Amino acid sequence: MIPASFDYVRADSLDQATGLLERHGDGAKVLAGGHSLLPLMKLRLAVPEVLVDIGRIPGLSYVRDGGDHLAVGALTTHDEIARSPLVGSQLPLLAHVAGQIGDPQVRHRGTIGGSLAHGDPASDLPAVVLALRGTLVLRGPGGSREVDSEAFHLGFLETAVAPDEILTEIRLPKMGELGWGFEKLTKRAQDWAIVGAVAARLDGDGSTAIALINVGPVPARALAAEAALEAGSSPAEAAARADDGIEVSGDLNASEAFRRHLTRVLVGRALEKALV
Amino acid sequence: MEVTITLNGTECTHDVEPRTLLVYYIREAAGLKGTNIGCDTTSCGACTVLLDGRSVKSCTVLAAQAEGRTVTTIEGLAEADGTMHPVQRAFQEHHGLQCGYCTPGMVMAIVSMLAERGDHVLTEADVRLGLEGNLCRCTGYHNIVEAALAAARAPELRL
Ligand SMILES: Cc1cc2nc3c(=O)[nH]c(=O)nc-3n(C[C@H](O)[C@H](O)[C@H](O)COP(=O)(O)OP(=O)(O)OC[C@H]3O[C@@H](n4cnc5c(N)ncnc54)[C@H](O)[C@@H]3O)c2cc1C
Ligand code: FES
Ligand code: FES
Repeated sequence: MIPASFDYVRADSLDQATGLLERHGDGAKVLAGGHSLLPLMKLRLAVPEVLVDIGRIPGLSYVRDGGDHLAVGALTTHDEIARSPLVGSQLPLLAHVAGQIGDPQVRHRGTIGGSLAHGDPASDLPAVVLALRGTLVLRGPGGSREVDSEAFHLGFLETAVAPDEILTEIRLPKMGELGWGFEKLTKRAQDWAIVGAVAARLDGDGSTAIALINVGPVPARALAAEAALEAGSSPAEAAARADDGIEVSGDLNASEAFRRHLTRVLVGRALEKALV
Repeated sequence: MEVTITLNGTECTHDVEPRTLLVYYIREAAGLKGTNIGCDTTSCGACTVLLDGRSVKSCTVLAAQAEGRTVTTIEGLAEADGTMHPVQRAFQEHHGLQCGYCTPGMVMAIVSMLAERGDHVLTEADVRLGLEGNLCRCTGYHNIVEAALAAARAPELRL
């Protein structure tokens, strides 16, 4: 399978990249690790006219200690995140989830920025960012802006990243020793989640956040279950409400009813781990 | 466009279309047929090569993304006099292949795994997880895992 023809430009700087995106509009696509975009292009489900390769732009691959948070550069690969001692000690949930994505070859290429910007509800990292109330930094021709994780996912494969913007950094509050749980049901080890769940204790008010993977068209928080915990319900009672008010899709892998069931079961397991 | 890659230690330049995938650059432009295409959908790992020393599925990387970088394929492992790389030798000694189709990708994935292990002593579980991106339809994996563990113990393999 060969992608349709396109023009390829390797950007050397963010300004050059956003300038190219501005000039080419909808016909242009950003290329990072290519592990979501190239499979779509090979299937001709994506047919960009211009690929703007941001993979060599210097200074976009890092994990930095920002005091109360870690700042992760958009081009940091899943493998780098999984192996980062800083992430391992301050955001063990992120290190663990990044280390479970796909397989080693996928983790060597795929980036956190690509995972977020792609907007696929089946991706694992968006649920982590959503649960931890992360902040996303976007850079366009006119400068940078910050977007709250709550406002980032707009629809299936649709995010707040404008066609001429580049996601440059993801900021996540440090977790330290706070409890967390991650559950992902797959058919084979390397597969995407049929359903996944993230549960994380948050600093400050001591509340617990729950986010769902591949349940509906966008990564979603299980607000009813979060509220139940807040109101004093047991983890099991809260898990029973994990799919309340959530839009749930059915597909080849799981019917809507099965997905609802999996959501409740996996949230229950994730909460058991997070709340020990 | 011209794409220059250091392929198995030799710099080569080929004029290819931007849409050329690395695996086609290797097989067709450079004429090295050791790297196989299995699924063509990033699932099977038959096309695994090393890009700057790390395993990647070359059916899902553009040749243009490898511009100026180092790529190692199965042809680049043995020494000039034909002496096999320790991972290749372990596959032979432990009968780690049957039809051989998955083998180049398996070997490259294991070479990367061994390079990345640091001071960690690989367990059978590590090896099985580390090969989750490589499918074999013949061997049942057992001897592939044995070969990887044997190669991990090879004294000359401290990368
Ligand atoms: C076999 C296989 C298994 C996988 N399994 C999993 C899994 O289990 N869990 C999981 O979460 N993911 C999985 N993935 C996806 C993988 O994590 C991808 O790497 C990731 O989703 C996209 O990152 P990328 O850098 O490859 O992005 P690309 O493919 O380069 O880009 C993806 C999209 O995001 C845009 N984009 C990329 N970076 C930016 C940026 N910085 N700013 C603006 N737009 C940008 C691109 O234009 C494109 O639309 C799998 C992929 C494969 C091939
Ligand atoms: S051919 Fe590349 S992963 Fe199967
Ligand atoms: S030896 Fe035949 S596919 Fe592995």
